[in-house]
Amino acid sequence: MNARRPYKRPMPGWWRKNPFFVEYVIHEATACFVAAYAFILLAGLVCLAMGEQSWNAWLAQVRSPMAVLAHLIMLVAIAYHSYTWFRIMPKTLPPIVIGGKRMSPAAITGGGLAAAAVTSLLMLGLAWGALS
Amino acid sequence: MSEQEKIIEIEVLRYRPEQDEKPVPQVFKVPFTDDMSVLQGIQYIKDWLDGTLSYRWSCRMAICGSCGMMVDGIPKLACKTFLRDYYPNRVRIEALAHFPIERDLVVVADDFIEKLQRIKPWIIPKEARTLEQGEYIQTPAELDVYEQFSSCINCMLCYAACPQYGLNDKFLGPGIIALLHRYNADSRDGGEAERMQEIHGHEGVFNCTAVGYCSEVCPKGVDPANAVNVNKTKVAQDYFLRFVRPKAKGGME
Repeated sequence: MNARRPYKRPMPGWWRKNPFFVEYVIHEATACFVAAYAFILLAGLVCLAMGEQSWNAWLAQVRSPMAVLAHLIMLVAIAYHSYTWFRIMPKTLPPIVIGGKRMSPAAITGGGLAAAAVTSLLMLGLAWGALS
Repeated sequence: MSEQEKIIEIEVLRYRPEQDEKPVPQVFKVPFTDDMSVLQGIQYIKDWLDGTLSYRWSCRMAICGSCGMMVDGIPKLACKTFLRDYYPNRVRIEALAHFPIERDLVVVADDFIEKLQRIKPWIIPKEARTLEQGEYIQTPAELDVYEQFSSCINCMLCYAACPQYGLNDKFLGPGIIALLHRYNADSRDGGEAERMQEIHGHEGVFNCTAVGYCSEVCPKGVDPANAVNVNKTKVAQDYFLRFVRPKAKGGME
C-alpha cells in the first residue's frame, strides 16, 4: 500500500506572519501614492491645456486644506517609497568595480538617495523661483 | 563542569499521513545546555521521548544543507540555531514552508531536485582543453564575480523564504537561479545560451517581485536576490537584442 500523502500547506494571510513581509507589502503599497500623485499632476496638465478657467479651478482644488493634508501624506509615502527603492537597488545591479574595489551596497543606496534628494531640491528651487 | 539543567518546550508540527488528516502540533519538554542546537533538541526527542519523529540531518555543521526547517516561523538550519536563544519561551518547529510535507519535518524536495538538473549546474567548458594544454586559468577578479554564489549548499531555505515560490511552484526560484548565475558568470563556462532558456518567461526571473527575503535567510551568505534581478536585465537585453543580432545558436526562441 502506498502510504504517501504529501500535505501542501495553504498560505492564507502569508504576509501578516512575518515582519519582513509586512514591511514588503507596506512599501509596495506606497507605489499607489506615487501613482495617485502622478494622476493629480496629469489632471493639472489637462486643466492647463483646457484654458485659464479650468487651470484656476485646479489650482483652487489643490490649495484646499484637505488637498494640502493629502499632499503631506503623499509626500511621506513617496519619500518612504524612494528610500525602499534605493535600499533594494544594490540587489538589482551587477558588481560595480571602481579602482579595483567592489562598490558596497551602502554606497549604492547612499548614492541613489543623494541623487534623489539633490534632484528634488533642484525641482523645489525651480518651482519656488517660478512662483516668486 | 556541570551546568544547571534547563528545560525548554519544543513544539513540533507533526504529520503522520497514516493517522493525521492534517499536521498537528505536539509539545515536548527537552532538557538542554547552552551549547545545544535545535537539531540536538530534536535528536533528544527522537532518542528519549518519541522515536517516531522524522527529520533530515547529516553533518551537524552547516554544510550538508539537510536540516532546514522553520524555527519560530523563520527558515533556519536546525544545526546552526541554538535553543538558548529561544529559552525561556517555547520554540515552534515546522517543516520548511512552501514545500509539501512528506512526514513530520521532512519535505518533498523533488521539485527542487528536478529544477536543479534542468539548469545544468556544472561547468560546460567554453573551449575544450586536453590535459597537455593544462588547466583553465582564472584571475582573482574573474573568481570574485561568481564566488559567493558557489557557496550555495542546496538547503532550500531561500525557497521557504520566497512567497512567490509558495504561491506558484512553477517559479524556478531563488537558489536555482543563483546556481544558474554561478555557472553563467564563470569565465571558464560557455553554457549560458543553454541555461538562459530556463529563466525566460513568467516562471523564470520575472516571477520574482524583489521581496529580497531569500538573501536575508541564506545561511551561507549567498545573495540569490541579486542573481535573480541581475538576470532580469540580462533576459530583457536578450529579448531586445535578438532583433539586431544574427540568429542566436540554441539560445532563445
